[in-house]
Amino acid sequence: MNRYPLWKNVLVVGVILFGALVASPNLFGDDPALQITREDGNDVAELTVGRITSVLETQGIEFSQAGIEGGAAVVRFPDVDSQLRASAVLNEELPLYVVALTLAPRTPAVLRALGLRPMSLGLDLRGGVHFLYQVDLDTAIRQYIETYEGDLRADLREAGIRNRVRLNGNVIEVPILDPAQLDEAETIVRMLDPLIEVRSATFGADRGFRVQLSPAQITERQNFAIQQNTITLRNRVNELGVAEPVVQRQGLDRILVQLPGVQDPSQAERILGATATLEFRLVDTENDAFEAERRNRPPLNSILRADRDGVPILLRREVIVSGDQLTDATFGYSQGQPAVFVRLNSQGASRMLDTTQANLNRPMAILFIEEKPEIVERDGEQVLRTTREETVLSSPVIRGVFSSNFQITGITPFEGQDLALLLRAGALATPIVKVEERTIGPSLGQDNIERGRTAVMTGFLVVVLFMALYYRGFGMIANVALFANVVLIIALLSLLQASLTLPGIAGIVLTVGMAVDANVLIFERIREELRNGNSPQASIRAGYEKAFSTIADANITTLIAAMVLFAFGTGPIKGFAVTLTLGIITSMFTAIIGTRAIVNALYGYRQVKRLSIGGRAQHA
Amino acid sequence: MNFFHRVPNFNFMGGRRIATVFSLVLIVVSFASIFTRGLNFGIDFTGGVLLEVEYAGPADLAAIRETLTQAGFSTPLVQNFGTVSDALIRLPPQEGQDGGEIRDRVLSVLQAHDPSVELRRIEFVGPQVGADLTEQGSLAMLIALILIFIYVMLRFRWKFAAGAIAALIHDVIILVGFFSVFGIGFDLTILAAILATIGYSLNDTIVVFDRIRENFRLIRRGSPDEIINSSINQMLARTLITAMTTALVLVALFVLGGESVSGFALALIVGILVGTYSSIYIASAAALALDVSPVDLIPPKREAIDDLP
Repeated sequence: MNRYPLWKNVLVVGVILFGALVASPNLFGDDPALQITREDGNDVAELTVGRITSVLETQGIEFSQAGIEGGAAVVRFPDVDSQLRASAVLNEELPLYVVALTLAPRTPAVLRALGLRPMSLGLDLRGGVHFLYQVDLDTAIRQYIETYEGDLRADLREAGIRNRVRLNGNVIEVPILDPAQLDEAETIVRMLDPLIEVRSATFGADRGFRVQLSPAQITERQNFAIQQNTITLRNRVNELGVAEPVVQRQGLDRILVQLPGVQDPSQAERILGATATLEFRLVDTENDAFEAERRNRPPLNSILRADRDGVPILLRREVIVSGDQLTDATFGYSQGQPAVFVRLNSQGASRMLDTTQANLNRPMAILFIEEKPEIVERDGEQVLRTTREETVLSSPVIRGVFSSNFQITGITPFEGQDLALLLRAGALATPIVKVEERTIGPSLGQDNIERGRTAVMTGFLVVVLFMALYYRGFGMIANVALFANVVLIIALLSLLQASLTLPGIAGIVLTVGMAVDANVLIFERIREELRNGNSPQASIRAGYEKAFSTIADANITTLIAAMVLFAFGTGPIKGFAVTLTLGIITSMFTAIIGTRAIVNALYGYRQVKRLSIGGRAQHA
Repeated sequence: MNFFHRVPNFNFMGGRRIATVFSLVLIVVSFASIFTRGLNFGIDFTGGVLLEVEYAGPADLAAIRETLTQAGFSTPLVQNFGTVSDALIRLPPQEGQDGGEIRDRVLSVLQAHDPSVELRRIEFVGPQVGADLTEQGSLAMLIALILIFIYVMLRFRWKFAAGAIAALIHDVIILVGFFSVFGIGFDLTILAAILATIGYSLNDTIVVFDRIRENFRLIRRGSPDEIINSSINQMLARTLITAMTTALVLVALFVLGGESVSGFALALIVGILVGTYSSIYIASAAALALDVSPVDLIPPKREAIDDLP
């Protein structure tokens, strides 16, 4: 008989209900809102929300709701106008916070508590800026090998070995002029780094070595260059005050930056292009920093700076080492203590050696310097101004003599990781080039949403109408499945939080057209069985069974094409591939199992003389 | 409602010589056009700057072109986009110039010319990205074809796989030829549409092959071309209905989806027409030309499993 076991019916109903629940947040739309986060990345306190609301109330700006959502204060507004006015006011009132324009979904608290969110919209639907940067990996490798060349030259000179070290492409050539010194030279060369590749070679009359980076070192260095640029860009993006920015690696050597809601690409670009560096200086312990701060005049030969908490520190005027002499900084543990391991080039190393020898047990400060472009209002006009911000990251005490490799201790693990990131991100700039930029205005985004919605709905209605006319009762069953299919696609997109783009919508439209194919195959087969004189019940069973392998074959091949699209595509193609793939999978479920459940429920429990499947060639 | 009151009996395989000639003509025309006229590649592939701007009134294309040329931009391409007040401006890639600078300069020039101009969209693509894309796109297409060939070979044996691939290559050539002949902009979404067409056309082909395989098992007598013919006829209603529902939604997308997806929708509509045609004529005819017989259809392993009690 055409009956489903209970578990199958429960499965179908369960999946559809779950899908409906997950898709439901998309029904509520969203409010113009402001997202306020702390500049230092800590969670916003409940107290701050009170301050925000009182500011808005005194200014007479209307808002509908204010509260904490995921560590950030979110204030919702009835219209865009009050959102913009509030943004201007709050930017002024809350200097240590980042105020970002955003759209906050109106998802009811019950659904939010379940972790359900509406689909995230791609840039082409919500407006914003998209940058693709290419990291100059060749230069990164070149810079790296140059630091080794410098180190090697210094080491050999120090050991009194006469040499003619030179760089040939990415290979360091080390001709040793005195053959008697070859062995000693080899020891020094090999001491440089155990991972580096050293080969004996002859250069004209001289014997010596060829030194080059191992493939592992090159890969590591490339990854490092990408990672470091990603961090730099992410730090800059955070400065911009953008809600839900995307900064991620794409392919071998590219970094994607997406800034939803940002309208001025040139402003965004200038801020992303900000630069940072650092300096090591001795701390001036002979004078009182607080005294200097009070009088607002540092002593001669000293400069007055402050640490991250605003505590004043006096620093000596001479710079020991600056950021461009730093070659690496990593976080790790030394004797159980969190530490940042720093590597300097030869020049920096020798200065560091001299300084630490002469200044044991005195504090040395690490000064972080950032050139930050920002937009300020001057005489009613927006002007770009570059400000230089100098902050003392830490001032550890020198505990031993060191040169090229040393560690900074006396920090918490959290601070250490931050410091390593800042040191690398700030000091080592591998050049990046912008290779792609897309800016979508907000009006175009809104238009795209509207057009997409109209196209999906029209396409859906046309198919529904056709199926109902052509297959009558069975057509309506297929239509129910088609609707369930769209709900499931939306549910999966909401669950995966994959961005919905305009090509993605096109994928949904295409799926709507193609999803009925499975039902067409089944229904045509049922008609055929009926024409051959089989009973309605037998025809239903045969129709579903015989059509199944065809449907599976057909869908798997389409799935292959969709997967290839996904694997190779970027941006718009990926969005299309995602919805197409999801659509194929969900349509297999709804069009085969889903419709069968309905057909079984309608026909499986009674004697049937005729099936409402259209066509005239039926036996009564 | 019913397309055919009983199973139709068109002699598709009888007409396959005419169809082959027809397809060959289309392929020759496509190749001739691709090699002489080339494709109207979008900036996704060529690199360059593209701006979509909206004016308060109708956009004066000639004046925009004039203004840009005077400001030193060589060969700007200016055209209407969607409505009369929207203009699409395309600038070729310029050596050694930063996309950001070009963008800012174009904007200030346009604003000086007509302050009502509003920016809808800017895209800047470096030449390197475009080159990568062409390479990746071709690679994607090749890999898709290989994977599909392997899958069809596993399910149907190689003669049918060859037929399916022949149909797909036929579709891709004619589709690209269509874009070349009519000079329609060829961007990333068109590439996606071509790959989707591959999926769709194959879907159609597989459905027919499936029926051919079934009929080879059922009807032991009858020449291969008779069996293939009746299989195509049995699936004809399904082929047409699915093509129709898919084409209907795509027409909706073409008309209502806006300019940015209209090329994509058009590519798919043409793709479905060509794909439907090719799965009827090319795929089966190619298999027939390779002298397909029942042995070529039934994977031996599968048969062994099926025969188990």
